[in-house]
Amino acid sequence: MNNVFVYCEVEGGKIAEVSQELLTKGRSLADELNCKLEAVAIGSGLDNIGQQVFPYGVDVLHTADDPRLEPFTTLPHTSIVVKLFEETKPQIALMGATSIGRDLGPRVSSALHSGLTADCTSLVIGGHEDKKAKKVYEDLLYQIRPAFGGNIIATIINPDCRPQMATVREGVMKKEIRDVAYEGELVKLDVANYVSDEDFVVEIIERHLEASKVNIKGAPVVIGGGYGVGSKETFDLLHELAEVLGGEVGASRAAVDAGWCDHERQIGQTGVTVRPKLYIACGISGQVQHRAGMEESAQIISINTDPDAPINAIADYVITGDVATVVPKMIKFYKQNTK
Amino acid sequence: MKGLKVIVLAKQVPDTRNVGKDAMKADGTVNRAVLPAIFNPEDLNALEQALRIKDQVPGTTVTILTMGPGRAAEIIREGLYRGADDGILLTDRAFAGSDTLATSYALAQTIKKIGEYDIIIAGRQAIDGDTAQVGPQVAQKLNIPQVTYAEEVTIEGEKVKIVRRLENGVETVVAKSPLAITVTSSAPECRSRNAKLLMKYKHARTVSELQNETQDYTHLYNDRPYLTIQEYTVNDIEVDNEQLGLSGSPTKVKKIENVVLQAKDAKKLSTSDEDISELMKELVESHVIG
Ligand SMILES: Cc1cc2nc3c(=O)[nH]c(=O)nc-3n(C[C@H](O)[C@H](O)[C@H](O)COP(=O)(O)OP(=O)(O)OC[C@H]3O[C@@H](n4cnc5c(N)ncnc54)[C@H](O)[C@@H]3O)c2cc1C
Ligand SMILES: Nc1ncnc2c1ncn2[C@@H]1O[C@H](COP(=O)(O)O)[C@@H](O)[C@H]1O
Repeated sequence: MNNVFVYCEVEGGKIAEVSQELLTKGRSLADELNCKLEAVAIGSGLDNIGQQVFPYGVDVLHTADDPRLEPFTTLPHTSIVVKLFEETKPQIALMGATSIGRDLGPRVSSALHSGLTADCTSLVIGGHEDKKAKKVYEDLLYQIRPAFGGNIIATIINPDCRPQMATVREGVMKKEIRDVAYEGELVKLDVANYVSDEDFVVEIIERHLEASKVNIKGAPVVIGGGYGVGSKETFDLLHELAEVLGGEVGASRAAVDAGWCDHERQIGQTGVTVRPKLYIACGISGQVQHRAGMEESAQIISINTDPDAPINAIADYVITGDVATVVPKMIKFYKQNTK
Repeated sequence: MKGLKVIVLAKQVPDTRNVGKDAMKADGTVNRAVLPAIFNPEDLNALEQALRIKDQVPGTTVTILTMGPGRAAEIIREGLYRGADDGILLTDRAFAGSDTLATSYALAQTIKKIGEYDIIIAGRQAIDGDTAQVGPQVAQKLNIPQVTYAEEVTIEGEKVKIVRRLENGVETVVAKSPLAITVTSSAPECRSRNAKLLMKYKHARTVSELQNETQDYTHLYNDRPYLTIQEYTVNDIEVDNEQLGLSGSPTKVKKIENVVLQAKDAKKLSTSDEDISELMKELVESHVIG
């Protein structure tokens, strides 16, 4: 009872990356709180889901397996999660800040009247004293996230309502297998007890999904292009550099909005989070929303005409100058130095 | 086909996209006074979808519902200029400090008071909180289905067809009303103000706004009832006070920090051949690249 709970997204018998990341985070929270880690997977054809989930240190996995439950629709998944939470009374519940998690999360939180914080960038356990009510709380979940267009960082707590719910974007937490042979308990839910026919009123008639072609998340080197790159032509130079260094090109939102780069490559709060060995920020000012997606890179190089650009504050190397001059030189001298 | 009753949920928000240095006070809180208040961008996308339903199905009415301070009547007028039929401003000190649950409760109770409706359309998210929760939570509280991230809404007989934008593709769903829909920013932009409507609604005011006018326009408002923007307070809707404002909000803000950067000791380089060559050498030697 009062465990940490993770809602796992599944499609085609595979658990989503973000859910694995949350299981890892959930495991460490559960360790700290001295409770169990539970998970729920809702979908169809879930026979192999246990082996993808237990190694992250899951103690109890609940599955709801029914052809009608995949692809995701709001109402049946809500009904299952709400009833399961009423039965198991978790203290913390985590979901991906994906199109599924951000559709399901608020509905569940409304049904249970429990607070939900969207898009957390960090989750920490801590205490709280409510001086007015003269109450002291221990072991609350600090839900930390940028707010107000990223100009402030807010720590949100839910002192009195349970579960404390939070969504987290893919890539923000790191996934890590606890033990390939970790033994957890599998509980198969009797779906008929959890959903009703009225839950299936929204009908999916067509779907066009595309697996992402670019893999900037896994790239060891990411060349980030910003508005300062100035043109599509100069952006091509970044692709050249990426190719030479064996990396991928990413972009700030301003560069994506300018049409120089696909949205798929946007890095930051509303894009992907990357942690490469090297991030080269080209003509990027470094607003907090962008930094949120790259500041954990092992090394950062900033190329910027403005010596005081905010990004320079988190850079290991600051090159003050024009992207169009510096990038060709990098290509040239890299080639010379590896010959 | 009979006309539909569509309610658009719209919020007036500070324009967080253009926050200058003076927007943050020394104590790390936001100085809302210097930020322009705007119609939440995705709520304009939502309004456009509502107006398209009105274009498609004659007899449809579009009502804008907003909860906020008195000045939020501005966005109702903005909606009227663009084609909405009427608006309701829900305003009361009792709502202050509401989180998304308390907000959605107040909005849902207001919608129940309005009574009949077919489709509720909200924006996907508001740019001040970026939570994207109020739409689904209103739907839950009204016990109606929700369809999020809509790009296109069309009425097909008894059914509503919705094209949804997901992170990795698109999905088309059909559902029946009553129904709540949230609209995303990749949906068509809202049409601009219409000159005739601008003339017609220029003087639309809430009762509180009228009280502050220096001239007496009473006759105008008696002759033209459409110029009075309805204003609801907590007394006009049935509510459990426990669920309102701060006390009805399970989430509390524990701490707010200004974003400050601690400068690292960066190596400063010029664009000279020597500097760049040295840098690339160093990166190769330390196996960061290559
Ligand atoms: C809710 C919300 C979410 C957001 N999410 C994201 C997100 O996920 N990702 C994201 O990136 N942004 C996001 N943004 C936008 C973010 O606030 C910034 O607007 C954006 O990151 C700025 O991009 P930029 O640095 O490329 O452009 P700018 O801020 O315009 O900076 C351009 C930089 O280039 C430099 N420069 C100019 N010319 C040259 C040259 N020739 N050579 C070298 N340098 C040059 C300039 O000195 C400047 O520093 C979000 C905003 C909001 C409100
Ligand atoms: N105070 C409010 N009044 C009316 N609609 C609101 C209000 N707050 C939020 N909404 C609606 O809910 C959507 C999501 O808001 P949020 O959950 O704050 O991101 C917005 O785009 C609006 O359509």
